Amino acid sequence: MLLSCTDVRKVFGDHVILDGLSLDVAEHEVIALIGASGSGKSTLLRCVNLLTDIDDGAILLDGTEITDPRADPDKVRQKIGLVFQSYNLFPHMTVLDNITLAPIRVHKRPAAEAKDQAMTWLERVGLAAKAGAYPDRLSGGQQQRVAIVRALVNNPRLLLLDEVTSALDPELVGEVLTMIRELKGEGMTMVLATHEMGFAKQVADRVAFLDAGRVLEQGPPEQVLGDPLEARTRQFLGRIIEAGRL
Amino acid sequence: MKHKPSTRQLERIAYRRRQAIRSVLLAAVSTAVVGTLLAVGVTGAPGWDRVKQSFFDLDVAQRHLPAILDGLWLNLKLLVFCAAAALSLGLLIAVLRTLRGPVFFPVRAIATGYTYSFRGLPLIIVIYLYAFGIPGLRLQGTPDVLVLGGAAIVVTYGAYLAEVFRAGIESVHPSQIAAARSLGLSYRQAMRHVVLPQAVRRVAPPLLNDTVALQKDVGLISLAGPIDAIRAAQIGVAEDANFTPYIVAGVLFVLLALPLIGVTDWVTLRAARRQNAGS
Repeated sequence: MLLSCTDVRKVFGDHVILDGLSLDVAEHEVIALIGASGSGKSTLLRCVNLLTDIDDGAILLDGTEITDPRADPDKVRQKIGLVFQSYNLFPHMTVLDNITLAPIRVHKRPAAEAKDQAMTWLERVGLAAKAGAYPDRLSGGQQQRVAIVRALVNNPRLLLLDEVTSALDPELVGEVLTMIRELKGEGMTMVLATHEMGFAKQVADRVAFLDAGRVLEQGPPEQVLGDPLEARTRQFLGRIIEAGRL
Repeated sequence: MKHKPSTRQLERIAYRRRQAIRSVLLAAVSTAVVGTLLAVGVTGAPGWDRVKQSFFDLDVAQRHLPAILDGLWLNLKLLVFCAAAALSLGLLIAVLRTLRGPVFFPVRAIATGYTYSFRGLPLIIVIYLYAFGIPGLRLQGTPDVLVLGGAAIVVTYGAYLAEVFRAGIESVHPSQIAAARSLGLSYRQAMRHVVLPQAVRRVAPPLLNDTVALQKDVGLISLAGPIDAIRAAQIGVAEDANFTPYIVAGVLFVLLALPLIGVTDWVTLRAARRQNAGS
């Protein structure tokens, strides 16, 4: 297993967000996390990236416990990319500087080499012309693709995507999903929290339905989305269909 | 194809133009009325001739201008040194105050205590303490009173500027730090490359505003002995029993401040534009 979460618990005050959640992710696997708002999808991703400390359980990456307080969180994060719903590009830097910041400052790569690598990526996603532009000059879809590239140039073992299309206008969602589909083709291991059930069906090897801080059921997308075992899952999917999102 | 405005739009344009002309005329008339009233009020006052003699005497102004300019040169040198030092000190203190974790408690406590006490302490008292208190210790290698006075100004202004910087740091959204950390940057690197550049840009207008205030306050160093522009003017006033040298110094200070105020306005405007450009 590349990533292994065991009995993870996370509490904010009196509020239990993750209540003994367990989830395994194999290398090259793509897992879609679905579930209502507040079911713990984003919190789980933030815990895996060590942006929040967990209150019990353990998270292992490549068999090593990353939630061990003696582990260096900066080193762990260098192996795990995280893409946010609101892109979180650095507004005072150009697209190119956003992408090369970590390669130059964290991985100490020569600036010219980091720039070449960034340009190769930007050309691939059709944004080479925007290399010198500031993020506020880009559309939401373009910003999100830059954010994904920014995570990828670190060559992460695992990519976490936190509702990366939720802030986008409907006609911009496609360009981001296409990019994720290509990454899957290249064998990138991904965990994505999403509200796009159709996309989860297409791209995920496995869908995990989160409810009340646990994985209530998981399995192939056709089964979980088409013929769920649990009543709660059926109820959730029923509401999604009602909203016209599936 | 060029768009041809409809008659309705042409009517709107004509109306707006008439309104614009009307408001320009109104502004011109009211300015003229206020200006005339002021001029008549001041020059027509019973004591105007005496005031003119003792505050606006060209001969006196000319005689003391060189000495005041000499003093102003000292103000300018002090301003450059004190502004640079106070900005650096303020930034350092602000960053120290943001450090989290029990290890940094003493650092945080000292930084917080410093900003609390030196923002409350009147600058004049700090100058007296530094310029007369420290030499009084009779230590080997005590620096010149000019350096000590400058240090007093730096320490006092550093406390104000630290709070401005801190406000800027806290205004940067936590998601920016999360994004930087998720890329593997350490806390220091995230601060240096992501948070501080945005924070400093945001608080540039108030920082420059404090620098304009500093420009006037560096003159207080004359309390410790050195002769700045205001002290030079005061000497002139005492020699000729005429207040004109003060007016000369005042005008010079305004001229000195103009470029800095101009830069402040420009930076403020640019910041506002940049923020509106987003979203």
